[in-house]
Amino acid sequence: MTGTTGDNMIEAVGLTKSYGARTAVYNLTFRVQPGKVTGFLGPNGAGKSTTMRMILGLDHPTGGSVTIGGYPYRQLPNAPRQVGALLDANAKHGGRSARAHLLCLAQLSGIPARRVDEVLGVVGLSEVARRRSKAFSLGMGQRLGIAAALLGDPQVLLFDEPVNGLDPEGILWVRNLMRRLAAEGRTVFVSSHLMSEMAQTADHLIVIGRGQLMADLPVRDFIAANSTDFARVRTPDGDEAAREALVKALGDAGGQVHPEADGALKVVGLPLPRISDLAHEADTRLWELSPHQASLEEAYMRMTQGAVDFRSTADQRAGLVQQAPAPGYAPGHTPGYAPGYAPPQQPYVPPQPPVQAQPPVQPQAPVPAQRAAGATMALGVPALPPTPPASPPPVAAPADIPEQPAPSRPEDAR
Amino acid sequence: MSAENARRVLLSEWTKIRSVRSTLWTLVTAIVVTVALGMLISGLIGHNFDDLSPHERMTFDPTFISFAGTSLGQLALIAFGILVVSNEYSTGMIRASLTAVPVRGVLMAAKLAVAAALALVVGMVTSFLAFFLGQSVLGEHSTDIGQPGVLRAVFGGGLYMGLIALFAMGAAWTLRSPMLSFGILIPFFFLISGILANVPATEKVGHYLPDQAGSRVMRVMDDGEQPYGPWAGLLIMTIWVVGALLAGYAVLRKRDA
Repeated sequence: MTGTTGDNMIEAVGLTKSYGARTAVYNLTFRVQPGKVTGFLGPNGAGKSTTMRMILGLDHPTGGSVTIGGYPYRQLPNAPRQVGALLDANAKHGGRSARAHLLCLAQLSGIPARRVDEVLGVVGLSEVARRRSKAFSLGMGQRLGIAAALLGDPQVLLFDEPVNGLDPEGILWVRNLMRRLAAEGRTVFVSSHLMSEMAQTADHLIVIGRGQLMADLPVRDFIAANSTDFARVRTPDGDEAAREALVKALGDAGGQVHPEADGALKVVGLPLPRISDLAHEADTRLWELSPHQASLEEAYMRMTQGAVDFRSTADQRAGLVQQAPAPGYAPGHTPGYAPGYAPPQQPYVPPQPPVQAQPPVQPQAPVPAQRAAGATMALGVPALPPTPPASPPPVAAPADIPEQPAPSRPEDAR
Repeated sequence: MSAENARRVLLSEWTKIRSVRSTLWTLVTAIVVTVALGMLISGLIGHNFDDLSPHERMTFDPTFISFAGTSLGQLALIAFGILVVSNEYSTGMIRASLTAVPVRGVLMAAKLAVAAALALVVGMVTSFLAFFLGQSVLGEHSTDIGQPGVLRAVFGGGLYMGLIALFAMGAAWTLRSPMLSFGILIPFFFLISGILANVPATEKVGHYLPDQAGSRVMRVMDDGEQPYGPWAGLLIMTIWVVGALLAGYAVLRKRDA
């Protein structure tokens, strides 16, 4: 194996991938360093999987290049022993047993058969190793895919949405596995659309939206830069005068006050004792005064929806013109949570594209078949109201439930 | 590409075929259908030989009759060829395979080598079984392997089976989707090719279709319909196979996996 850590770096330079008129990935430049878990974050359809496939030499970039340890994947010496990847948990022949599946891959890579039994043990599938994988749940499929990635004991690991379909115990296991692999000095590149998951797993974040780089920074910095503390204040129900007085007092003191759907007030920019003092001076009783931190999910959504709109918006309008803006979020939701994701009152207006955001996304552009599913999954995302980047979305539910692991959203089912 | 690399990729492709039941079933089906149907038709002809016209009796080809099941049995070998290749695409396994073996030609060559060798073995077994069992039921009208051209026809029948599977593999590398491959190849070889070769307007072209040309090698008696000899016919079929494989390789090289 390679000596210096720099040899295992993934490096993309100006990576671009177009399917006809549609640009899936545009001018991505980033580095994935060894010894860390690097989260690759973006909404569904943002180009994460496309980027991963280009890293692995499966898709040809339209422009730019990506290398591992300085080599394009196809020229990498002994690629399967250097790089392991989980791209799709369903990428297995259902009629083949888990063990046979791994044995095929091991033999392709010149890995001895006993290693197959080893990794089956590592991922906890030893007992079902000889069962046909057709009967596997998505979670078991993920474990099998992770086993395949680990086969060659590689220094570089890529995982595309590895926690999809895993139970909480499985998620914890994957999290610990990633961290351990990184602690051993390996390069670990994990994609996800769940910010909350990445916040607990990754050291570094690469965020893309609509195929473009949105952020490339340590997780700690991302949290600090994107989340703002706020207070929730509730005045007695039915006492509009008291509420108005408090809003005025808080506003005069320099706070930003956002009324919430249930009548509470969200106050940004004032410490809690100060709010209490102001309420006292305004002669207003408080039913609630609580500290909150904006959830990471919210910070992440704000980032990805701010400067760049989603390609999926364009797709949505092309394919489903007659439909409501956000059918994607309706099913499978806990009723209490749904309102946060409900379509905004005002019709969705795509944000003005920034000057440098030029992927020519045509609303009419057909979605290539293999991407269509992912794009459709993302339908709900644009339903969030477009908010100026400075302030949190007025009706964004994540703020109500800080740090909550993302609920089972439709796209999780992928 | 070292010998060690080649060995392990070949071994893996063998494991892939071995560990899935559907591919093995298609091979068993090919043998059973070809032999059984050949025997059935040989038996019927043998019993009703006297009802044949004088011309038919003159050009009677006992060897070719025992291969009568090939037209149906070859479909199972085509299915085998399609499944071996397009299963990789329909399951997504191709990404894992190409991640492990980034050089496209190596993976393709290994898969073709293993699957074609298997199809060839099955083809030979089928051909010899169909011949000997077919002759056994033909009774007094039978021929034997020592007669001129008979061994060539039986051996050629095995080659034909191997080549038809290889053609299906080339087409499947090109088309990728199993549904598309089945939807095009099965009707073509089951019906369309036969029609084209027997309708006067198209028969000149129809004789040059892969299965029509290739099956010439199984005839001992020249019925004069095809304007080429047995080996030339097999060569025409081989050209089709090479074309299909080159198209498949081009698609594998150029297109995203």
